Amino acid sequence: MDSSTTSPVSELRKTPLNALHRRLGAKMVNFGGWDMPVEYPSSGGLIAEHKAVRGSVGVFDVSHMGDIRIRSGKKPGGALAAVQHITMNDASKLAIGQAQYSAMLYPEGTFVDDVIVHRLGEDDYLLVINAGTREKDINWVRESTKGLDCVVEDLSDAYTQLAIQGPRAAEVVQKLTDADLTTIKNYWFKHGTVCGLKNTLIARTGYTGEDGFEIYVPSDVATSERIWNQVVEAGRGFAIVPCGLGARNTLRLESKMALYGHEISEKINVWEAGLDRYCKLEKGDFIGRAALERAKAAGVTRTLVGIEMIDRGIARDEYCCWGEAGERIGMVTSGSPSPTLGKNIALAYVPPAYSSLGTILYVEIRGQKYKAQIVATPFYKRPKPQVA
Amino acid sequence: MAYPKSFRYTKEHEWVDMKGDLATIGITDHAQHELGDVVFVELPKPGAKIETGKSFGTVESVKAVSEIYAPASGEVIEVNSELQNKPETINSDPHGAAWLIKVRLTNAAAISDLMDSATYEAYIAEKGKETSA
Repeated sequence: MDSSTTSPVSELRKTPLNALHRRLGAKMVNFGGWDMPVEYPSSGGLIAEHKAVRGSVGVFDVSHMGDIRIRSGKKPGGALAAVQHITMNDASKLAIGQAQYSAMLYPEGTFVDDVIVHRLGEDDYLLVINAGTREKDINWVRESTKGLDCVVEDLSDAYTQLAIQGPRAAEVVQKLTDADLTTIKNYWFKHGTVCGLKNTLIARTGYTGEDGFEIYVPSDVATSERIWNQVVEAGRGFAIVPCGLGARNTLRLESKMALYGHEISEKINVWEAGLDRYCKLEKGDFIGRAALERAKAAGVTRTLVGIEMIDRGIARDEYCCWGEAGERIGMVTSGSPSPTLGKNIALAYVPPAYSSLGTILYVEIRGQKYKAQIVATPFYKRPKPQVA
Repeated sequence: MAYPKSFRYTKEHEWVDMKGDLATIGITDHAQHELGDVVFVELPKPGAKIETGKSFGTVESVKAVSEIYAPASGEVIEVNSELQNKPETINSDPHGAAWLIKVRLTNAAAISDLMDSATYEAYIAEKGKETSA
C-alpha cells in the first residue's frame, strides 16, 4: 500500500460545510487546493453514493465552485457585450431565468475554463466556474473586460452551493420551497424561498447526467448546515445520501461531461474536445474565435473518444493508448470503473483515424498493454421521463 | 475492526501471518478503509518470486490504485483466486477471507522486524492525527 502524501490540511481551503463533513466521517482529500469530501463511509461509500444518484437522489456540497457576477456599467447591454466577448456560446439567446453551458477561451481557442452562464436579469449575468481555476478565472474576466462597460464581482465566497441530484431530486427540493419546480425546465432557474430563505437561486443544473437542482444559499456556517440538514431530512423518504467528489467524478464521466485539467485545458481546443455545439462562431467576435476558425479549416489531429476495456484492467488518467501495430496514439484523460455499467470506461484523445466505433486499441497499464475498444458516448444516458 | 495479535504489520499497511516459514499476506483494515470500494486485484502467479520492499501486485478501488509491497522475500505458493471475482471481500474481511498470497519465505526471521498489532495501531492512530488536524 502506498501512503498518500498531501499538503497539511491547515493550508487547504474549506467550504462552510467542512466541519459537518468531518462530523459525518467523510473521507477528505485535497481537490485543487480544497479540503473536500471524496466519499462518505456512512453513505455506503462511492459506489453506493453513485447508485443513489442514478436510482433516487444524493446531495453534494459544491461550494468550492466559484461565482462571477457581471452587470452592465453605465448603459444597458454592457454586461451582455462582456459575456459575449469572453465566452464561446451565444449569451444573447438567453432569456432571464435561463442558463447555458459555455466556456472561456484563450486567444488560441483553448480553454481558460468551462462555465455555466446564468442570465439573472436584463443586464445581469452569473458565471459559475471551477474551484481549481477560481483565481485564474476571476483575473481573466477582469483583464479581458477592461475597457468594457461592465461591473465584475467575485461572489465565490458569498454562496454555499448544494447540488441535489437524481430522479427524485425534484420531489425532495419541492418539499423545501414555494417555487413550483415543474415550471423550471432543464438549464433554467428561478428565485424562490428555500427553507425560509427568500430570493434563493434554484437552478435545474448539475454535473451528474441526472435530473437535479443546484441551490445557492448564504455561506455562513449556521445557515449552510441548516439547509444541508433540511435537504437530508426532506430526502429521508427517498433514501437520500451525502455524496462526495468520488461519485461526482464517476457520474460525470459516465455522462461524458468534461473536467477541467482532463478533457479540457489550456492545451486543448474546442473542436478537439467535441464541444462544437456550445461554440457559436456566427454570434460575432469573441476571444479565441479567430484561432478556432483557422483550426476548423485545418482540421483536428486528435479527438475525444469513449473507450471500454475488453481485457481485465482499469484505464486511469494519463495512461498511454497504443494502436494495433504498436504505434502510440494518445492518452487517457479520465478513466474509472463505471458503477452503473459494471465496465471499465475511459475518455481519451486519439487521432480521428482511430475514432470510429469498434476500433481496437490498447491501454498501457503498469507496463502492459490491455485491449480496449472505442464505444459510443455518453456511456450512460438517463431514461427519458415517461410521458403520461 | 480488531488487528489480530498474532499478525505482524508493515508501514505500507500489509499484514503477515506466519505458520513456520509460510507467510500469509494481506492488506489491513486501515488500508481497505483508505482505499474504499475495492473493484480489482492483481496478484502474482504461484511460483513467482517476491522481494522485500518490491511491489508484487495491486489493489484498485474506484478512485485509486495501490501497490502492495512484499514484507519479505520468498516464493509464492498459493494465490487467493476467489478475489478475482469477489474483490469486495477485501472490504468486508481484510484480515480473513481476503488474504492475498501465501509465500515460502527465504528468511522467516525477517518478519520479527515488523510491527506487532499494538505498535501498528499506534502507528495508524498517529497518521490519523496528521490528516485530521
